[in-house]
Amino acid sequence: MDQQVADIRSKYKAILIGVSAGGMDALPQVLSPLPEDFPLPILIVQHSHPSGDGGFFVEYLNERCRLEVIEATDNEPISNGKVYLAPADLHLVVADSKSLTLSSGEKINHSRPSIDVLFDSAVDVYHSGLIGIILTGATPDGAKGMRKIEKTGGLTIAQDPATAKTPAMPQAAIDACSIDYVLPLEDIPGTLVKLLQNGIWPKTSRAFRST
Amino acid sequence: MKKIEIENLETELFLDAINKRYGYDFTHYASASLKRRIQHFLGETNHNRITEAIPRLLYDVDFFEALIQTLSITVTEMFRDPFVYRAVREKVIPQLKTYPFLKIWHAGCATGEEVYSMAILLKEADICDGFHIYATDFNDYALKKAKEGIYPLKHARTSTVNYQKSGGTKAFSEYYQSKYDSVIMNRELKKNITFANHNLVTDSVFGEMHLVVCRNVLIYFDRVLQDRVFNLFNDSLITGGFLCMGSKESLQFSEVYEHFEETANKEKIYRKIK
Repeated sequence: MDQQVADIRSKYKAILIGVSAGGMDALPQVLSPLPEDFPLPILIVQHSHPSGDGGFFVEYLNERCRLEVIEATDNEPISNGKVYLAPADLHLVVADSKSLTLSSGEKINHSRPSIDVLFDSAVDVYHSGLIGIILTGATPDGAKGMRKIEKTGGLTIAQDPATAKTPAMPQAAIDACSIDYVLPLEDIPGTLVKLLQNGIWPKTSRAFRST
Repeated sequence: MKKIEIENLETELFLDAINKRYGYDFTHYASASLKRRIQHFLGETNHNRITEAIPRLLYDVDFFEALIQTLSITVTEMFRDPFVYRAVREKVIPQLKTYPFLKIWHAGCATGEEVYSMAILLKEADICDGFHIYATDFNDYALKKAKEGIYPLKHARTSTVNYQKSGGTKAFSEYYQSKYDSVIMNRELKKNITFANHNLVTDSVFGEMHLVVCRNVLIYFDRVLQDRVFNLFNDSLITGGFLCMGSKESLQFSEVYEHFEETANKEKIYRKIK
């Protein structure tokens, strides 16, 4: 493995995804192309996903992904190559580098789970080792979290609002910070794989320029 | 020291101040969520840093009370997660009916909606006066609400839907009276319930329980405190008694796990076997 690949692999520890209205279609497009040996854990807040009691949404994603998708339980250990989904009506919080915790505290940005809560808690634990992704949605939840990721030296990706079913959420993230990549959905998984497995920074990125 | 380490130190000092001044010990609360909730509260009350609020915390009792309300908020509703109550109806109550009298401890009952839900289930299983529910919380304000059993009318629709999903076949409105924009739970339901203050962090065992219900409380605690509470529940339950937890909580990572078997996996209902 050359040095740059090794550096990038050791820099990033986790991927965070925030998504709201339109997530049913958007999430599978991002997750399903990712290979079985994907090297990082992926933590997701999908606002008001219809999982409810049947675990429907988790099943729906599992049918479409090679990675295992789990609805997070309190004290859930974090493993590389697994996808963790915030349960309905609970905040997903990174407790430490090894485990997740849940909280039924007040709604943040009118949301529980809230994207900002996940992103904010993850920065406290992983510092610059994060890749934050904001997809389609109608609320500004996640914009603060993205700015925090950017300020601490993580990587930020937003779905190109022009391609989003509901553009307000990625637009709010783009307005809040200087996003590294603004991409249509179908380019996001490829960018992640290039970066993490091949160690290649796409040339357009702010992260590339600052390295 | 990194900024995050300083912030953690601030949280530590703040919690120490709460404990020394008011005797509430938050040391073993899940720190990531707790810090977030304290910061949120302080943001709303116009404090920029956690340590800035320490003088006010020490001298202003109302400020402390408001903080406690924020930190102990538990979201609840009638028959919350109806599939859990369906499992209680179908898998737990038939077993419990073999005992002549049932003692139930609902730990962390918050504003009490789920306590009334359980009382309704037991009545519908014809265990009319053969049970008593001890419903506890450390938040006196929530307990007062629970004891009153008066809830906003606007929740009645959700309550009714949840009740039906839990397998209820009556009209849910039989269990309350509407008045203005509130519903008042029937006095009949309260007869078998005692509401009392109990703090899982510091207080001890409730003896000889057939069922312990504790939902979405343990997620506030760290592993050390979770294990203390699991031991408390284990010691409170008779062999053959049941433990019903929040559907995203798990006994699996705890030290008392071997004493229990799973009665309903997804619903997080366990039975004590030894």
